[in-house]
Amino acid sequence: MSHSTAETTRDASADWPEAIYALLKKYSIRQVALVPDAGHSRLIKRCLADNELHVVSLTTEEEGIALMQGAWLGGQRSVLLMQSSGVGNCINMLSLSTIHRCPMPMLVTMRGDFGEFNPAQIPMGQATQPVLEAVGTLVQRADRPEDVAPCVEATLKFAFNTFRPTATLIGQRVLGAKTFGKDD
Amino acid sequence: MLAESGKIDRRELTRALLADRGGMLVIAGLGAPAWDITAVGDGPQNLPLWGGMGAAAMIGLGLALAQPERRVLVLTGDGEMLMGIGSLATIAHQAPKNLAIVVQDNEHYGETGMQETATRHGTDLVTMAEGAGIKRTMRVTRADEVPPLVQAVRGADGPFFAVVKVDEKSKPLVLPPREGAILQARMREHLLGPEAHLA
Repeated sequence: MSHSTAETTRDASADWPEAIYALLKKYSIRQVALVPDAGHSRLIKRCLADNELHVVSLTTEEEGIALMQGAWLGGQRSVLLMQSSGVGNCINMLSLSTIHRCPMPMLVTMRGDFGEFNPAQIPMGQATQPVLEAVGTLVQRADRPEDVAPCVEATLKFAFNTFRPTATLIGQRVLGAKTFGKDD
Repeated sequence: MLAESGKIDRRELTRALLADRGGMLVIAGLGAPAWDITAVGDGPQNLPLWGGMGAAAMIGLGLALAQPERRVLVLTGDGEMLMGIGSLATIAHQAPKNLAIVVQDNEHYGETGMQETATRHGTDLVTMAEGAGIKRTMRVTRADEVPPLVQAVRGADGPFFAVVKVDEKSKPLVLPPREGAILQARMREHLLGPEAHLA
């Protein structure tokens, strides 16, 4: 691999928020529901600057599941952006996807994962994938920057081609762990 | 319009809200509101919910944003609205002009044994909606207030939020189809045509 190709590859993988934004446009997403997370801040900023997107800031994540149901009823595609702690708030509401066969892609930034500092994040962080799978969600894990875009694309395709809840979990090895200034 | 108690009859209220509805789409919260919209006439413009307690208002928001030329009415109960109360802030922030929410407030959880809700003990959902930032609201307790309510629901300057105090007694069950995939697909086909199923 030439030096320039390696540089290009590294740049592309470091820019995974931009790659997710490009995929949201490629798959004609029109509503973006979110509870803010630091890991998604660049993507959120990009979405807010796009007048074709309805960006809906939620008070709690399960509102986003209901919003996705309404959007699909009305013929629009949507996604939900949230932190892994918010997944716990969504579990009962995900029955809407199962009973109606509604596409519900979720892009989840992980806490309570690789290198976590805050004990409060561990219980839900470690439970995120099992509980999503327990209610029928197809889950992808992205633990390297270059895995993010392919996993997100698979998550969007699974949702809109097969009519079910789907999720990509973006790990803390990609995001970096928040250390509150205690790095050791 | 009135039950023996002197309070508004929930099914007569539903009939008034949905009479000559034009293109208005209706999301009904689980339990009695879902039976009520079915009793006055089931069809593809209705989504009666079988679950997802607390979801009705937010489903209405997603639908209203996706279909800005259509009126969307969310008809739900006090218990269901209380469970999703934060969504009133989300809806006020988005401020869709075509969304109306009407709570049939019987001050009880009707499906689980008539336990009292917080609205029985002083919680005022209209005040909560106003506090969330919803500017157009109504409190309805009398039959002569129903025609202005119907007008407001069909107005074009939403979001609109109303509470109607209704008689607490349960009405005869009138169940909608139980297959959610049909309920979703029929509304999508109504709005999008046969292409809905090829999306």
